[in-house]
Amino acid sequence: MLTFTIRRLVLAIPTLLFISLVIFLLLELAPGDPMAQVPLTVPPEVKEKMREALGLGQPMHIRFWKWIVQFFWIEPQVLIDYYFGTSFSEGKLRVISWQTRSPVMDIVVQRIPQTLWVVGTAYVVAIIIALPIGIYSAYRQYSWFDQLGTFVSMVGFSVPPFFSGVLVIVIFSVQLGWFPSIYDTTHVVNSWDSFVYQLKQMIMPVMVLALQITAQLSRFMRASMLDNLNQDYVRTARAKGLSEYVVVMVHVLRNSMIPVVTVIALGIPSIFGGAIITEQVFKVNGIGQLLIGALQANDLPMVQTLTFIFAVLIVLFNLIADVLYGILDPRIRYD
Amino acid sequence: MTELSQPQPTKPPRSQWFDVWDQFKHHKGAMIGATLFFLIVAAVYLGPYLWDIDPTKTAIRERNQGPSLAHPFGTDQLGRDLLARMMAGGATSVSVGITAMLLSLFLGSFVGVLAGFFRKLDGPLMRLTDLFLALPLLPLLLVMMLLFREPLNAAFGLERGIFILIVSAIGITSWMPTARIVRGDVLALKEREFVLAARSIGTTNTRLITRHILPNVLSPIMVSATLGIATAIITESALSFLGLGFPPDFPTWGRLLFDGVDYLQQFPERVIWPGMAISLTVLSVNYLGDGLRDALDPRIRGR
Repeated sequence: MLTFTIRRLVLAIPTLLFISLVIFLLLELAPGDPMAQVPLTVPPEVKEKMREALGLGQPMHIRFWKWIVQFFWIEPQVLIDYYFGTSFSEGKLRVISWQTRSPVMDIVVQRIPQTLWVVGTAYVVAIIIALPIGIYSAYRQYSWFDQLGTFVSMVGFSVPPFFSGVLVIVIFSVQLGWFPSIYDTTHVVNSWDSFVYQLKQMIMPVMVLALQITAQLSRFMRASMLDNLNQDYVRTARAKGLSEYVVVMVHVLRNSMIPVVTVIALGIPSIFGGAIITEQVFKVNGIGQLLIGALQANDLPMVQTLTFIFAVLIVLFNLIADVLYGILDPRIRYD
Repeated sequence: MTELSQPQPTKPPRSQWFDVWDQFKHHKGAMIGATLFFLIVAAVYLGPYLWDIDPTKTAIRERNQGPSLAHPFGTDQLGRDLLARMMAGGATSVSVGITAMLLSLFLGSFVGVLAGFFRKLDGPLMRLTDLFLALPLLPLLLVMMLLFREPLNAAFGLERGIFILIVSAIGITSWMPTARIVRGDVLALKEREFVLAARSIGTTNTRLITRHILPNVLSPIMVSATLGIATAIITESALSFLGLGFPPDFPTWGRLLFDGVDYLQQFPERVIWPGMAISLTVLSVNYLGDGLRDALDPRIRGR
């Protein structure tokens, strides 16, 4: 198992390098000019200096190499400095945003908690809801509960977040006036009232995200339970007189959780990507909104770094899913 | 040898597609989905012939009207008829969905068949698929939309340029699942006797693929086609919703939804119509795909 993990880790490095190259080249092909907003009255030689200040003067491969060094070598040093008070990164050039002229990673670190709070809560809520639904609809296959579950998850698949989000705003915020339609990220929780407010403003985005995740997870859970419910070992368990609860919740559930756990792991990065739209609907200023803002402002270093962070998340959780699969199911160890 | 009761078959042999249709008919959700989908497609393509108000015609005196006989869905802030806009938007959205699906199917089947059929290509092509799957697709789509909008607009004109851009961006980022499924099926088919027989009479690889392999992987391709339409419509609407899709005066369902958000407080129905249209289309296509999958699976057929 350990060798397998190490081999996969080593394989992840060229994958990530390739992805960063693809993103870099895509942005490189872009005709957008970061100097487009600069007034025409600025003389050309000043413009040229501004270009160089942005690091644009050099050939492509040198800039790519610089970005790699900055992202993989200097940024970790900054992190170490931050935690241990050392000074490895002093005087070294970091990835600078064209928009704010401050290091990209600082802004990302500021934005991540908002995304994590909303997306993380939604994911946990969805798992808590989806697993029982999946288990029960498999146990009572083709009952009215199962039919209803199928329909609801079909709706969850089909209603895009930009519609369900707007719909819950219309219902709960415009008509009923229960929850605020805009997520206030400057809100500080320091008393019971502010905690209630935080809860209220989180309900709608979490609801929208959780509906989507629940739809997928409950289908997976159901299919996986159905695969296991007719197996011989279930009959054996029943035959030796175990109670129905133990048969389903211990024997069957444990085995059917194996694929579901990996699906949960695989879904985490795509949730970050999908949350871009939800963040936009509820004006949560997380990393999704940061990406949209950077795209509109033509802030290429920010776009590149953010897209790459998403890619790292995908590769990382693919790896975690593979390793989890091997740990949970001894039949499919790879080595 | 016992005597056959009917030496000559009176009925022509049933084709596979008859069986598929028989099974499909029994799937209630799929039938409703199929009917609804064809109704929507007919409404958005044929509707403008019956309801011939120009979707871009502004009438500022008639702005912000509620539903009436003259304007069943009401009018928007510039007095444009919302029913006409919904139909025009639907035509664009559905066209984008279908074209992008065709492109992604073509790419996916091409890569899948090549990878499954030629062992040498299998490794590299599947690594490529894995790499594409590891790309963050929505951010990349947004990047592509932003970066290539202007050159394509200059080359093909405003509307056609953005159409080509959206279709190819969605196609390029959504072929991987099809490729994986097709490859798996081709790998299994390649070892079957009829392929060996065809090869033994000297069939060339091209003929083998087009005559024997492709018709047999048609069913997974059809299922991913339906799902492909659904994801393509959602992706296009998401791009329009984020303001990175079609230009403002060019209606699509996502764009109409995006425009409606500004008037959410006063006129919530402006958001609800396009949203319902997107959701209903996608829901009907998903049910259609569900039924198709059951109907095309010979293990389930006949139950």
